[in-house]
Amino acid sequence: MAQLTYRESVSLAIAQSMRKDPKVFFMGEDVGAAGGVFKATVGLLDEFGPERVKDCPISEQAILGAAMGAAMTGLKPIAEIMFADFLAVCWDIIANQIAKTRYMSDGQINIPLVIRTANGGGSKFGAQHSQSLENWSMAIPGLKVVAPSSPIDVLGLMASSVQDPDPVIFYEHKSLYAMKEEVENTDIIIPLGQANIMHEGSDIVLIGLGLMAQRAKKAAVILKEQFNVSASVLDLRTLVPLDLQSIKREVLKCGHVITVEENPRLCGWGAEISSLITEYCFDQLKGPVTRITTPHIPLPSADILEDNTIPSVDLIVETTLTKLEIKKEK
Amino acid sequence: MTSNINDDIGESNRLKLWEMMLKLRLTEKKAYDLFLQNLIKGTSHLALGQEAIGASFGVLLEKGDYTFCTYRGHNHTLARGSSIEGVLGELMGRQCGLMSGKGGSMHLTDIDKGVMGSYAIIGAHIPIANGTALAAQYNKTKAVTVCFFGDGTTNIGAFHEALNMAQIWKLPIVFVCENNLYMEYTAIADVTAVEHPAADRASAYGMEKIIVDGNDADAMFRVAQKAINMARDGDGPSLIEAKTYRHSGHSRADPGKYRPDEEVKEWVENRDPIKTYRQRLKDFNVDENTINLIEEDMIKQVEAATEIAKASPIPTIDAIYTDVWADGGSEWHN
Repeated sequence: MAQLTYRESVSLAIAQSMRKDPKVFFMGEDVGAAGGVFKATVGLLDEFGPERVKDCPISEQAILGAAMGAAMTGLKPIAEIMFADFLAVCWDIIANQIAKTRYMSDGQINIPLVIRTANGGGSKFGAQHSQSLENWSMAIPGLKVVAPSSPIDVLGLMASSVQDPDPVIFYEHKSLYAMKEEVENTDIIIPLGQANIMHEGSDIVLIGLGLMAQRAKKAAVILKEQFNVSASVLDLRTLVPLDLQSIKREVLKCGHVITVEENPRLCGWGAEISSLITEYCFDQLKGPVTRITTPHIPLPSADILEDNTIPSVDLIVETTLTKLEIKKEK
Repeated sequence: MTSNINDDIGESNRLKLWEMMLKLRLTEKKAYDLFLQNLIKGTSHLALGQEAIGASFGVLLEKGDYTFCTYRGHNHTLARGSSIEGVLGELMGRQCGLMSGKGGSMHLTDIDKGVMGSYAIIGAHIPIANGTALAAQYNKTKAVTVCFFGDGTTNIGAFHEALNMAQIWKLPIVFVCENNLYMEYTAIADVTAVEHPAADRASAYGMEKIIVDGNDADAMFRVAQKAINMARDGDGPSLIEAKTYRHSGHSRADPGKYRPDEEVKEWVENRDPIKTYRQRLKDFNVDENTINLIEEDMIKQVEAATEIAKASPIPTIDAIYTDVWADGGSEWHN
């Protein structure tokens, strides 16, 4: 049993995949000698050498292009895009090429690659280094979308993502890199498409992802301890494939639903979840699905501005109480 | 009668080049006819007049080598040995098409032949081509990757990112710019900072400046051979700029009227790669019967392939939902 941080579990997950499978290699900017700007890939170059851990120029299109071409021959690249915001400069390679080539070629080619990237806010980096962009990739047919919320999930979901025969965008959350967790067994596999109940409850289900799942869990503890509200917290873990069965089960049990999203409001993944719940679970609903999101704005930088923009534990608690018409005492 | 060819290319390779150029030319002319008969829908970007480039690489490349091309990629696909009915069938949206109608004219792909795809976003495939070259290096195979693109591509960022990466990693790849003087509807000279859009950029990436007459199959063959050998021997990438001309417009929708009549006439009448090559074979005293027989046989092959494509069924509706994922399906939730 060892304490492992989220960032340590990233490098361990990559190393475990590379030890098991010689087809796996890793590439990105500052990932080798420097160990990654978030220090999430420390030690990989030493263990695997420059053939399998490739430091790249600041050329996101060239990085993902090379990863795609290599994957087309059967290799299994893991490519890092340093900040999720930089996906915008290589979006053609992702959205037009990586996502569509299997379909357009009538299934002649598999593209088994993982694009891992540091997603989300909390670091006061401003609007171009803090975005929560999982929605972008969710909107493109042909991409799998993974967003681990804990060190254990990093290990298990990375193992599955690397061995998955389809392209995976792996959104690590910057604000979780320092998170620690007891890890009994590091060599684990969590299948894509299996949501995780992080907190049992029956009055309301809070559906989250990444950092928002962790905040929803904290909110659920407060709701239980201070207000005797029994909130279930469902961490989706992967948006594509989506564990709709778990969502249906929790809605059936609770009747009330809040989605907790870090992304700006419009077309956030919660809108799709809300639509699915309306379509499949309308009769089980005790009220409309509520969406908590970041407002529809670019993210501001200063402490007070960013902290009041990204959904907080307090906001989740308040919204839940309002929804359930429970008056706060004090 | 025997020919008087006694040089590095030889008669056998020249007859292969002749046959290959005819395959490309006659298939694309047939594609144009099928358009007029409304048997091909959508768009198409013909490369009539540019056959010598794809043909020379097609003759030289080996099984296991990789090629990448653009939406103007019928030639490069056929040049790797893909079937004529596979190409025409795809253009016609038939089941016998290379991708059973899922991709269309701009995305011809034939993995078994090393045709790693035709890419319709300018420049996108250049970084991707680096990937198969990287894989060959990683797996220590001797496979060579060849990436074809047009002059317009040299002004997009992906081109520059990819050339730099190819050179720093000494990838086994050959970049081939087919400079047909026009990026879509605009003269490349009007929108490019240098005279030779690819070759003048080569030195920025530590590569040799190579300019070749892309309409001279022999010249192309020699330049291609050198670059392929360099890649195969582990001596890194090269960038070739082949000057050429497309006989027709940019796409089906474009009659190409922005080009001076005299210019078109000069390239079509005096610099057509097939017309000039026929004369060269004659000058070498290659048996005229042989020359003509190859042509007649190719006409028959294209006709037969056309009939196969016409007779091939259209896709079934359920194909819409197949092959998004490696499991063959398109489901995104359980």
